[in-house]
Amino acid sequence: MSVTDVAVQESLPQPRARRIVNDFAIQAATVNGSGSQTANMVLLRSIFQMGVPVSGKNMFPSNIAGLPTWYTIRASAKGYISRKKEVDFLVAMNPETAKEDVLTLPAGAAVVYDEPLKLHDLRGDVVFYPVPFDKIVGTITHDAKLRRLVRNMIYDGVLSRLLSIDMGQMEKALRKQMGKKEKAIALNMGALKAGYDYAEADLTKQDPFVVEPMNKTEGLILIEGNAAAAIGCMMAGVTFVGWYPITPSSSLCESLIDYLKKYRKDPETGKATYAVIQAEDEIAALGMVIGAGWMGARAMTSTAGPGISLMAEFTGLGYYAEVPAVIFDVQRVGPSTGLPTRTGQQDVLATAMLSHGDTKHPLLLPASVAECYTMAMDAFDLAERLQTPVFVLSDLDLGMNNWMAKPFEYPTKPHDRGKRLDAETLKRIGEFARYRDVDGDGIPYRTVPGDGMPAYFTRGSGHNELAQYSERADDYANNLDRLARKFETARTLVPKPEVEMAGKGGIGLIAYGTTHWAIVESRDQLKNEAQIETSYLRLRAYPFTPEVAQFIDRCDRVYVIEQNRDAQMLSLLRMECTPAQFAKLRSIRHYIGLPIDGRSVTMELLNQERAEA
Amino acid sequence: MSTTPAQPPAAPGKKINRIGLEPVAYRGGKTTLCAGCGHNAITERIIDSFFELGIDPTQVIKLSGIGCSSKAPAYFLNDAHGFNAVHGRMPSISTGAVIANRKTIAIGISGDGDTGAIGIGQFVHLMRRNLPIVYVIEDNGCYGLTKGQFSPTADLGSTLKSGVVNDLPPIDTCALAIELGASFVARSFSGDPKQLKAILKAALSHRGTCMLDVISPCVTFNDHEGSTKSYSYVKDHEEPLSDVSFVPYFEGIDVEYNPGTTTAVTLHNGSKILLSKLAEDYHPTDKMSALRLLHETTARGEYATGIIYIEPDKQDFIDLLGIVDEPLASLPESRTRPGKAVLNEIMESFR
Repeated sequence: MSVTDVAVQESLPQPRARRIVNDFAIQAATVNGSGSQTANMVLLRSIFQMGVPVSGKNMFPSNIAGLPTWYTIRASAKGYISRKKEVDFLVAMNPETAKEDVLTLPAGAAVVYDEPLKLHDLRGDVVFYPVPFDKIVGTITHDAKLRRLVRNMIYDGVLSRLLSIDMGQMEKALRKQMGKKEKAIALNMGALKAGYDYAEADLTKQDPFVVEPMNKTEGLILIEGNAAAAIGCMMAGVTFVGWYPITPSSSLCESLIDYLKKYRKDPETGKATYAVIQAEDEIAALGMVIGAGWMGARAMTSTAGPGISLMAEFTGLGYYAEVPAVIFDVQRVGPSTGLPTRTGQQDVLATAMLSHGDTKHPLLLPASVAECYTMAMDAFDLAERLQTPVFVLSDLDLGMNNWMAKPFEYPTKPHDRGKRLDAETLKRIGEFARYRDVDGDGIPYRTVPGDGMPAYFTRGSGHNELAQYSERADDYANNLDRLARKFETARTLVPKPEVEMAGKGGIGLIAYGTTHWAIVESRDQLKNEAQIETSYLRLRAYPFTPEVAQFIDRCDRVYVIEQNRDAQMLSLLRMECTPAQFAKLRSIRHYIGLPIDGRSVTMELLNQERAEA
Repeated sequence: MSTTPAQPPAAPGKKINRIGLEPVAYRGGKTTLCAGCGHNAITERIIDSFFELGIDPTQVIKLSGIGCSSKAPAYFLNDAHGFNAVHGRMPSISTGAVIANRKTIAIGISGDGDTGAIGIGQFVHLMRRNLPIVYVIEDNGCYGLTKGQFSPTADLGSTLKSGVVNDLPPIDTCALAIELGASFVARSFSGDPKQLKAILKAALSHRGTCMLDVISPCVTFNDHEGSTKSYSYVKDHEEPLSDVSFVPYFEGIDVEYNPGTTTAVTLHNGSKILLSKLAEDYHPTDKMSALRLLHETTARGEYATGIIYIEPDKQDFIDLLGIVDEPLASLPESRTRPGKAVLNEIMESFR
């Protein structure tokens, strides 16, 4: 098994003399459960601390220990942070995958490998650096368990020497990673130094890859999307969390629990201003959220595809009974259990239309950790304003990997608690009818138990304006039409897309979520390599705002780029298109479980353009 | 479910309760269930119990799943918020709702299919958590709303009208609830109004999960010869474990009783339940004994009724959570959005 999908030789091997500075990808292939995460984070942080833009992508198995795992770190002076299609520098620590990992490298790459694996005969067009890890680790500690854990830190030391990564930054990163565990720090520093010393004494630099200090990361933070979303939820004033563990969303609720414990205790009583319940399954998790939301709490859950399937029934209830709920879907790869630790954008249609009958739901589409933070807050406001379940579609790549970001800004907008009936409003509107469209925006007024306002009967069965059971045709149709009107109101409230026009339009690209980062790179490639200027619209929400149709109108043709097989967002767009718009839409899809890369987009777009011509 | 409030019976001599409300304040919509349905009798006892205890209906939430039983919340306490949820999922809705507002008094109405079949998973976890709620199963051993199929509480050998014999053993929801951690478990019969009302009032005064399995014959589909949930069968096989009397704290009555034959249980609010033994080996505060009694009576083809198990001082789920005294749902932004310094501190940790 390999996760390097390079089958395409794009250029000849680079001459050795050339220096490639701050523009390459390092991949550490290890066995999971071997402590490689610490080594990889230290490597990532060191480069980040040197001021070089980085991104780190963990490709790990659905397993606790013993299976192959790959961690890819990309350094990019230009700031490209999507996955790089090719691996330039491989650290081959895993006997199971080493051979294939080496065979899939592009020519000109370099390999640090565990000496006994004897990889150097596999190819003549890559540089090999054998390192006797066991021998080196033997000089650091005699404890077998510790040896296993610090073994990987040795390759950080080797890379420090080979790639000119500052040892001082390595130590700083290690301290950041280890906290106050001085003994562990000393041990790991020993491993780092031993690796460095070995490389200095026994290896001759033959590859072109070098890290040089820059100033492009000053003031930035490194954070995972799930942690960012958790911070957003806390700032959004969440008071109820119902969840069920599932990869890759668990760390969202787990981070949230940590933050809430620390920052949401009542200062006087020490009691919690929130409740977090680990439910018996995703059905119950959303059921609890709906119960709490009905009661007036700001309630959320987070899950992934299989949980979304289970939540269908309650989502329909939330839609029809009009109860606010926030659902984070940190997307992984399906169908069914699929690839639980790989990334994709495969839940777009499922969430947009989740549940039977005529249902549709607002989706927020964060592309960055910053948007995980801001859209968490948007989601709670929208859910309460629209009195409906709102989905935030993150993905494994965004949720579980570290991304650079500016420190998040403190929210300036107060929480929007939506249309809650009070005595004054009741006087103005005369009579409380739970499902009456008083304001013409499809959003009725609601009361909650214990607020002293009139009660009503909430049900998932047919009901009239007064929330009474009804099977009357007019009651049913009027209600469904009002819900559709409410969805039109949602269109005016959701985050607008980001649009960049190139001239009159020309070739347009539409993407969303983490696909964005591949588009940033691909657009530069198209411009620099094929002289194609593209216009770009990054979707940030569903339902689509008017900017989307305007964009399609202005472009000659529009590629919708996404990480699923069935062009799911394209399908949603087509549902709203005029025939002329429909005819302009093209599709580029990427669904191998790994984050989409710019090169794949560029190649596929050029292919389709050639076919067009 | 009806859309028109029922005409209340004339209040004899302006009967009012301790908070000054008349019985009419506790009524709901007119029932749409079959005439003679056991569920209607249970509704009446619920109305009586809330009235007599003087509970403010606006502080109550009434929840249900799906099925004939689950229509019942529409027939009592019009001034309470109601939530007719989805099939078998009322426990999770209740859990979120009660946690979001700990001041609320929750009553959930379910059926034997809604609880024992589709909802057994959520039921199990509700019992485990000991959430403060009165959970009533209106148990008729069949699916009434879909025309009489067996439910998981149908007894072995019981027959459908068509003659089909049930060949699977029943789930005993009381035994299950005791095993799982519910702190108040009772079984009653819709045809025994006195006992049912006493149990309901006791349950409404208990903090924790009260699981009430009320056998409630389905007059349309399960009241024939061959059914073990018919009026006549249950009347003949009901084995009351005790005479249940309930003395609310506000009545301040000093009751005399013989500790040799009567078990007195004091609830957290000072109310008392007096259980005068009718059965041998009846020890309602002893879990093992309660389970043994259930198994023995079941083996004899009898329904042991009354308060089968009670653990008056068990910590409920709300206490366990350590949440603030005010409802979470109404906490102002000043208490739910941490200040700028907190965000700065968090951001610093990611540098």
